[in-house]
Amino acid sequence: MTENIKIRAGKLNLQYGQKHALRDIDLDIEKNRVTALIGPSGCGKSTFLRCLNRMNDLIDSARIQGRVEIDGTDIYGKDVDPVLLRRKVGMIFQKSNPFPKSIYENIAYGPRIHGVKDKRTLDQIVEKSLRGAALWDEVKDDLAKSGLALSGGQQQRLCIARAIAVDPEVLLMDEPASALDPIATAKIEELIWQLKENYTIVIVTHSMHQASRVSDTTAFFYMGEMVETGPTQKIFTSPSQKRTEDYITGRFG
Amino acid sequence: MSIPKKWVGRGVALVTGGSAIATVLTVLAIMGIIVYGGIGHLSWDFIFGSPEKGMTEGGIYPAIMGTFFLVLLMSLVGVPVGTVTAIYLNEYVGQTSKVGRSIRFAVNTLAGIPSIVFGLFGLGFFISFMGGGIDKAFNGGELLWGQPNILWASLTMALLTLPVVIVSVEEAIKSVPRELREGSLALGATRLETIWKVVLPQSMTGILTGAILAISRGAGEVAPILFTGAAYFLPELPDALTDQFMELGYHIYIMSTQSPDVEATKPIQFATTLVLLLLTFTLNFSAIFLRWHLRRRAIR
Amino acid sequence: MKKRIRLGEFLIEKGIAAVSFASLGAIVLIFLFVFREAAPILTMHGDTLGGGHESISSSGDASGTGAAETYGDPVGEAESYGDPEPVGQPETYGDDPGPIGQPETYGEPESDSASAQAAAAHDSTEAMPTESVATAEVEPSEAPTKPGTVLEQILGKDWQPVGDHPKFGIPPLFAGSLKVALIAILIGAPVGILSALFTSTFAPRWAKELMKPVIEIMAGFPSVVIGFFALTILASLVQNLFGLDYRLNALVGGIAMSLAVIPLIYTLSEDSLNAIPKHYTEGSLAMGATLWETNIRVVLPAAIPGIFAAVLLGLGRAVGETMIVLMATGNAALLSPSLVEPVRTISASIGAEMAEVVFGDPHYVMLFVLGTLLFAFSFTLNAIAEIFIRQRLSAKFGGAT
Repeated sequence: MTENIKIRAGKLNLQYGQKHALRDIDLDIEKNRVTALIGPSGCGKSTFLRCLNRMNDLIDSARIQGRVEIDGTDIYGKDVDPVLLRRKVGMIFQKSNPFPKSIYENIAYGPRIHGVKDKRTLDQIVEKSLRGAALWDEVKDDLAKSGLALSGGQQQRLCIARAIAVDPEVLLMDEPASALDPIATAKIEELIWQLKENYTIVIVTHSMHQASRVSDTTAFFYMGEMVETGPTQKIFTSPSQKRTEDYITGRFG
Repeated sequence: MSIPKKWVGRGVALVTGGSAIATVLTVLAIMGIIVYGGIGHLSWDFIFGSPEKGMTEGGIYPAIMGTFFLVLLMSLVGVPVGTVTAIYLNEYVGQTSKVGRSIRFAVNTLAGIPSIVFGLFGLGFFISFMGGGIDKAFNGGELLWGQPNILWASLTMALLTLPVVIVSVEEAIKSVPRELREGSLALGATRLETIWKVVLPQSMTGILTGAILAISRGAGEVAPILFTGAAYFLPELPDALTDQFMELGYHIYIMSTQSPDVEATKPIQFATTLVLLLLTFTLNFSAIFLRWHLRRRAIR
Repeated sequence: MKKRIRLGEFLIEKGIAAVSFASLGAIVLIFLFVFREAAPILTMHGDTLGGGHESISSSGDASGTGAAETYGDPVGEAESYGDPEPVGQPETYGDDPGPIGQPETYGEPESDSASAQAAAAHDSTEAMPTESVATAEVEPSEAPTKPGTVLEQILGKDWQPVGDHPKFGIPPLFAGSLKVALIAILIGAPVGILSALFTSTFAPRWAKELMKPVIEIMAGFPSVVIGFFALTILASLVQNLFGLDYRLNALVGGIAMSLAVIPLIYTLSEDSLNAIPKHYTEGSLAMGATLWETNIRVVLPAAIPGIFAAVLLGLGRAVGETMIVLMATGNAALLSPSLVEPVRTISASIGAEMAEVVFGDPHYVMLFVLGTLLFAFSFTLNAIAEIFIRQRLSAKFGGAT
């Protein structure tokens, strides 16, 4: 079992100034599975997600204690380069954020940064990534069009394509479908199912239906603590904690 | 009860509205008078000719070109420095950090220092200290750099207009959404790569606006160059950094106060003022347009 | 994921930080170097000055660090300049009046004789004024000889920097600056504030849209253009209207200056009026107050700190502005209570006289003393204005800052 663990958080604490945003989080995330983080807003699930690729480093007042291991390496270790870490751990944001450049340039941005200069290699990466994000058939004829000209759902898939273009191992998704209509959401969810063959996916969602549809494992966060984790099926049918049950059944949050 | 109240209300509206109308009318009057006084003398010969007969006739070409070189040199120094400062303030130091706050305070102070003091600084620092030092070290004490010239005047002006550039670039950088920066960083770009490839391209309009506003300000200021490089009369254009130069604003000052025949040269004075006014107007309005463009993007 | 060293980026980022300190450095340098040229005044006293050039030029270059020390504690530090190093470089670019010309003042007869040669030849044995940057703060007893002369001379009633018996009394210049600035504020503040009140409250939409570009245009007037307008048009207008003896005087300068001050006061006042939260206004209106009552009794008082800051900054601008006063005030250093006589301001003195003085000459030093005064004045005003603006911000954000 342990060789299947991709990410392991141990006694992870995070404080913003006086605010204790995460308390003693212990969580194992399995390889090539979809793990959903659920909980009421402000419970720390997004904050936890951002700890996994050290995006919280950008906030001056954030202080982090504890360990996060990816493939057995503590990513908060002294000799870890957060820039290289983020290449390995990609992220998709709540609000789709394509660069104000062409579709092609959006995808090529990451590979270029990492030193790919050859035009044909770039072309291949762009096609592969767009196919991977199930967007190729829709945009293959106008790759020069601005990424901002796409619809909301397409923009989000463009961001996914952009993330997988740098060949990461983990994809972090922060409520990727919260701003989309049901049809676009369904497409994204379908895509997530396909992506888990190649990537380990951690998704934050406030929709319990979404969590039950896409995830293998679910972790419930409440007030900065990780209350319960287990197979999605079990969490949604027979949670062991009272708080989880209250949340699942819609008594709060 | 209600009637006097209504009257007071009308009175208040009248007084405030009257002030606004007075302001508008004054601006229109000044513009009208200068256009009326200058338009008759404005011609291609005037713009592309040199002053003649003890500056009682002829054109203002050397002054226009002197102004051009002045603001060009000034922008070459001021715009990069201002842009880099704005980047540092927004991308590297937080709003609350001590360093950021002291730089901001310095920028605000710089914006409030009278322009004549910049002139004194140019004289004391650039000409006397730097120029004098260069002469002593490399020229065997012979006077070359230690006197007023276009380089020192431009540097003085660059310092004066630095806050203008910083404020304008900052506004543009702030309008770049945080999500774009995070998107880039999440792809494994470094902070500098993110600034270079995402933030700066998005801020080009702001940088341009800042440059234009600085140029407009620089073209209109006379006090800092009174004794750092402006010349009374020089038919030749400056071709070295150690040359002095004619300048539009300074020309207006000279012509209206020290011309051999102030009355006879009135048309020249008005026409020169009109040229300067047109120049600063064009610059200011392009800046306003660009800023409007930028804000529209920020809202979207 | 091993840390990679990116030397290029590291150096560039250090470079960015270094360049960003330019503005901070500039402030320090401006103070140091304006003060540095003014500093010799601290070591001068009547006899050395009267003796002629040698002693002056030898003291022409007090060390920068010395100047910095005095910044910290201007009171009673005059001794620290006691032994100036003879590093001075009394170059005289003013010797050759050729290209620089004699930017002499318009309508001021007495200094027409001004020339670099005259300034260079002070043979008079008469005591010359010596004073410090911190003016009144230096006790008379600190002048090495002739106690009392320092203060007496700097507070003298005459500013006659050229000639055989130069006099460097600041009061007439100070009075000039004060008169012009006060007239400018008396006109500019009400007009600016009332216009701002109008556009931010009463005005219909089209009027707001009209005011914006007009104020931008006004703010974009180069000061030399305003000066030119005042000199050629306004001066005659005012003279005919009031039947004045002098065409160029403090009143004309003040009116012209108000044109430069109005956009500043207007913009800052409007900012602070617009910053008043909507619920203030709505609360007052909901209680049955009329629009103008709300605006006068609620909005205006709440914006007072910001408006006060605007007036202060306007005052700073009016005192520091050079070209307008240089062209429109007549430039005679008269000490009189009249508002319709010519005046010479501090800034105009620097502007008009600096081009014709000799480096290191007492007159040169004196002009830098005036510059230091202007610098200190604007610095203080800015600092005070900043406090008021911040107060407003903290009121707005619940005292978080």
